[in-house]
This record gives sequence, C-alpha cells and structure tokens, in this order.
Amino acid sequence: MSSVSTEKETHFSAAFREFVEAEGPSPMHKLRVDAFDAFKQLGFPHPKLEDWKYTNSAAIAKVDWKVIGEGTSTVSQEEADKLSGFNYRRSGFTALNLAFGDVAFVRIPKDESVEEPIEFDFGGEDGVAIFPHIVIVAEPGSKATVIEKYGSTAPGLTNAAVQIFVGENANITHYRVQKDSADAFHISTTEVTIGRDGRYDSTSVNLGGALSRHEIDVRFTAEGGEAWIDGLYMLSGSQHSDTHSVIDHTVPNCTSHQNYKGVLNDKSRGVFNGKVFVRENAHGTDAQQSNKNLLLSNDARVDTKPQLEIFNDDVKCSHGATVGQLEDEELFYLLTRGLPETLARNLLTYGFAEEIISKIGIESIKSELDGMVLNRLNAKI
Amino acid sequence: MLLEVKDLHAGIDGKEILKGLNLEVNKGEVHAIMGPNGSGKSTLSKVLAGHPSYEVISGSVTYEGKDLLELEPDERARDGVFMAFQYPVEVPGVSNSQFLRLAYNEKMKHHGGEELDPLEFNDYLKEKAKVVEMSEEFFKRSVNEGFSGGEKKRNEILQMAVLEPKLAILDETDSGLDIDALRIVAEGVNKLRSSDNAIILVTHYQRLLNYIQPDFVHVLAGGKIVKEGGKELALELEEKGYDWVKGAAGTH
Repeated sequence: MSSVSTEKETHFSAAFREFVEAEGPSPMHKLRVDAFDAFKQLGFPHPKLEDWKYTNSAAIAKVDWKVIGEGTSTVSQEEADKLSGFNYRRSGFTALNLAFGDVAFVRIPKDESVEEPIEFDFGGEDGVAIFPHIVIVAEPGSKATVIEKYGSTAPGLTNAAVQIFVGENANITHYRVQKDSADAFHISTTEVTIGRDGRYDSTSVNLGGALSRHEIDVRFTAEGGEAWIDGLYMLSGSQHSDTHSVIDHTVPNCTSHQNYKGVLNDKSRGVFNGKVFVRENAHGTDAQQSNKNLLLSNDARVDTKPQLEIFNDDVKCSHGATVGQLEDEELFYLLTRGLPETLARNLLTYGFAEEIISKIGIESIKSELDGMVLNRLNAKI
Repeated sequence: MLLEVKDLHAGIDGKEILKGLNLEVNKGEVHAIMGPNGSGKSTLSKVLAGHPSYEVISGSVTYEGKDLLELEPDERARDGVFMAFQYPVEVPGVSNSQFLRLAYNEKMKHHGGEELDPLEFNDYLKEKAKVVEMSEEFFKRSVNEGFSGGEKKRNEILQMAVLEPKLAILDETDSGLDIDALRIVAEGVNKLRSSDNAIILVTHYQRLLNYIQPDFVHVLAGGKIVKEGGKELALELEEKGYDWVKGAAGTH
C-alpha cells in the first residue's frame, strides 16, 4: 500500500474513533468497525481495478475530508440486519459509507400506498464528506415514491448509499437527481432487491459534480419481478460521470428494461458499464438494455460497455450502445421549418434528453429538470 | 414572379442529376412536377429547400427577386419556402405543439409579427389542425414519432397550415398513402391553396392530381423538363407511361 493511502487511513482512523465514540453503543457498532477495517484493506479504488479503469478517484483520495456526522444511535437490531446485507466490500467508498453512514430507515407498511413522495435532500459543504445511507423496506403490497436529491453548492464529497427492498407485489418508484455543484465529488451506490411480482421503476439524473459515479445493482429474488432502470447524464466543462450497473436475473420470468442516455459537451467524459446477468435457471427473462450517447463536442468522450451474459436459452434479451452526434437529417428537417441552427441543435439535444425526463411522474421535478436541461443548453425553448 | 429556376444543374456526391432545369412559378399557381424514378424530382425539392448534401453546379434560382441559393435553409423557410418531406423525420422528445410554436414564432420574429405563448398557440393550432382532420392528441406527441405513414404526411400539411408558406413544395406527399389519407391530405392542400401562395407538387403518380388540380404539369426526365402542359398532360402520361417521354430526354 502506498504511503498516501496510509496517511489517509490515519486521517480517517482518527475521524472514525471520534465518530464511534460520539455515536456510543449501537447495534451498528460491529458493522461500522468491520466496514472501516474493509476500508483500511481496500483503500480508495485504483484505476488498475477493472471496475475503476476509467474513473480515477485520486482527486478525492488526496483531500483530508472533514467528517461531521454524529452517528445513528437509534438503529434497531432489525435495521442493523438490513444494513449488514449491504455489500460494503465493493470498494473503499462503500466501506467508508457504512463506517460513517448517517442512516435513515423507512418502512412502508404492508398494503399501504403512500401518496406523498418520500423525499431526501442532501447537500455537501466545502471540504466536508457526507455519508448518507438510506434503507427503504417496502413491505408486501405497498406502494411509494422515493426522491433522492443531491444539491451541494460547494466542493464537498458526497458518498451515499441506498438500499431498497421491494417486497412481494410492492411497487417503488425512485427518482434520483444529482445536481451537485460542478466542483463537487459524488459517489453513490444503490442496491435493490425485488421480491415476487414486485416492481421497481427508477430514473437517475446526473447533472452535477466534477467527478461522479453511480453504481446501481438490481437483483430479482423471486419470479414476476419488473425493473425499469433509466438514467441521464448531461455533462459539460471537464465533468466526469460514471455509471456502473448490474442487473441480476437469478430467478425465472422477470423483466428488466434499462435505458441510459448521455449528453456530453466540451471536454466532459462519460462512462457507462452495464452488466446484465441471466442465470442458468432464469428462463422467461426479458432483459433489454440500451445506452445512447450524444457528443456535442469533438473533445467530449464516452466509454460505454453494455454487457449481457446469458446462461439460459429461453429468454428475450437485447442490448446496445451508440455514441454519435446529432443526425444531419433531423437537423435539416428543423431548419426547413425556420428554426435557426443553434435553436435546432438545442431542440434536438433537448429531445434526446427528454425521453428520460418525460417519464418522471412528478411535475415539479420534471419541470425543474426540464429547466436545468435547457439551462445547460443556454436555450429558451 | 415568385420563383424562377434557370438552367439549373445540380447533383449529389459529384453526380449531376439536374441537367439544365427551367421553371417559372407565380403566386396563385399549382404546378405538378412528374417524372419517373431517378429523373431528378427529389433533387429539385432538396435543392430548393437547401439540403446541404446537394450541390448546385450552375444556373440560378430566384425567389421573390432574391438569390434563393444564397440563403440558408432556415432563412428560406422564414422567407416563406416550405418543403413537405417524402419521409418526414421523427424528432423524439419534442412535442408537435412545442416544435410548431417555435417554428411559428421564429417566422413571426423575422417578420416583426406577434409571437404566441403556449396557450395562445394552442388555440391557433386547434384551428389549423381542422385542415387535416387532426385531433389534439397529436399536439402532445413527439414530432412524427410512432406516427403512421398517413399521419406523418398529414402532420406535414399541418405544418404547412401553421407556417403559411408562400411557396410550398410537396415532395411525393402522396407516396405510401391509402385512399382515405390521400383524400385528407389533398383536401388539406386544397384548403391552403390561395391566390397568395404557390404550390409545387412533386409526384410520380397521376393519382394525387385527381384530388389537387394543377394549373401546370411539367414532366421531368433525365434531369430536364421534357414536356409541359395543362392538367390533361398528367392523364396522357398516366395512359402512355413514362417511356413516352423518356425518348424526349435522350435517355433509354
């Protein structure tokens, strides 16, 4: 291990000692210690790791982040059990998240439909690391909408995690909006399990951050599950945004549809890595995956890698990725209707992004995002 | 004169397709340009609309006394030139009404007219949609996305109704239409026909001309107009086939 990461350990070790002391006795204590040990072992992810090939976390690793969390003393044993299911060993970030996690636990009671969306808002501060950790348990037959919003206005570090348990016949709609400031760092992990006939519909919009990464894992645990996993990353300047997803069909007759789109301007860089596994006994699987990218500048770049691994013949699967520019014929069509070229380009770009945004069922979020997309394009449409 | 095309030579990918085309169009006139596949019909439409892939080799196109070829496609459009596409393009994520309002307002801005806000425009659009019997359901849908062939062509005519061009070029608007859609589209065009505008119908078949009666018929073959006449020429052509005129172009 390099000397740099040893210093980081020392920095976080001191912070961790203070943190667990402030938290006091908690059912989470052992888990936190284990997670912190994992962090010490793993360190910050290195670009030599296949999963971190395109995303260098060195800029995050070199900062002595201030941790101001006070822990969560009210965690019950049952909640701690859910938390222990979190795959904190996936990286140094997830390990740190659980070690310092500021836990919010939401249970949606059996057969209950929660009308009002459940909203979480987070914003980092300059030089400060925050570690939100949300656990949503949707009991059988329940229904709810979860909104997860990030809007830091300073160069802080957000290292977040969300665990969602979609119970039998439960229905969770999840909107994740990351609009941190363009000099902030954002690492986020979403883990979802879907029970029998459960439905999970997620839309993740990534607009902010100098460096951001979202990992989303969706696993079906019983037949009849359905997942819609959509996202948009819209980048400019020198922003870097990375999406890693794993959709795991371990059981028969489940459906997953993933549609991620990227709009990249200036010198920005996007990464999409989507793995779909269809396991040996997962017959009747319907898995579709698409990642389309629009490059608005010659200096923008995207690395996309959709991967489909199928171990069963009786399935309906497709995947694909495109990286391109605006279509000349579409542009010409708009020009022949009298739209000046800049407006025509903006309208086409907006239309490209809109496919993802238009599916958002909450008008306030949709119009806010619409506005942000237009703002990015310096356009009035 | 609204449009004067003089000895136009034009092509694509270094291949000359129009080889000395002449055409004069006045306000209040409907011209049909007929011709077999490969005769240059589409090239003419695209050149008039300003498609960047098509190259003008020589000749001139004068529109309202201006050199049309000097203008960008969007400038031509705002000045009143409209082309209904043979294959209208789908624009996902942009609603029909949003798109049409932007186009309408750009034109208004250009002419110093009054721009409309979404509510005002919706009322305007509702009126215009009657021309092609389109329901409001189409306003919210993405431009042409998931539209049937007939719906796409009706949408083109709706755009024409909204933008009120002085010169409308309808490029194979009848292709791929069943008889009902053809009737709706043709009736729409007839309603928009006036003494203030001119329409150029580019078509392979005479069928459209049963619904929209042209004042003039021009037969295009081998990149040139080889025969001209009144609407009866279209019927003669239908009867005798294009081989009848191909000889005149010196091609076989």
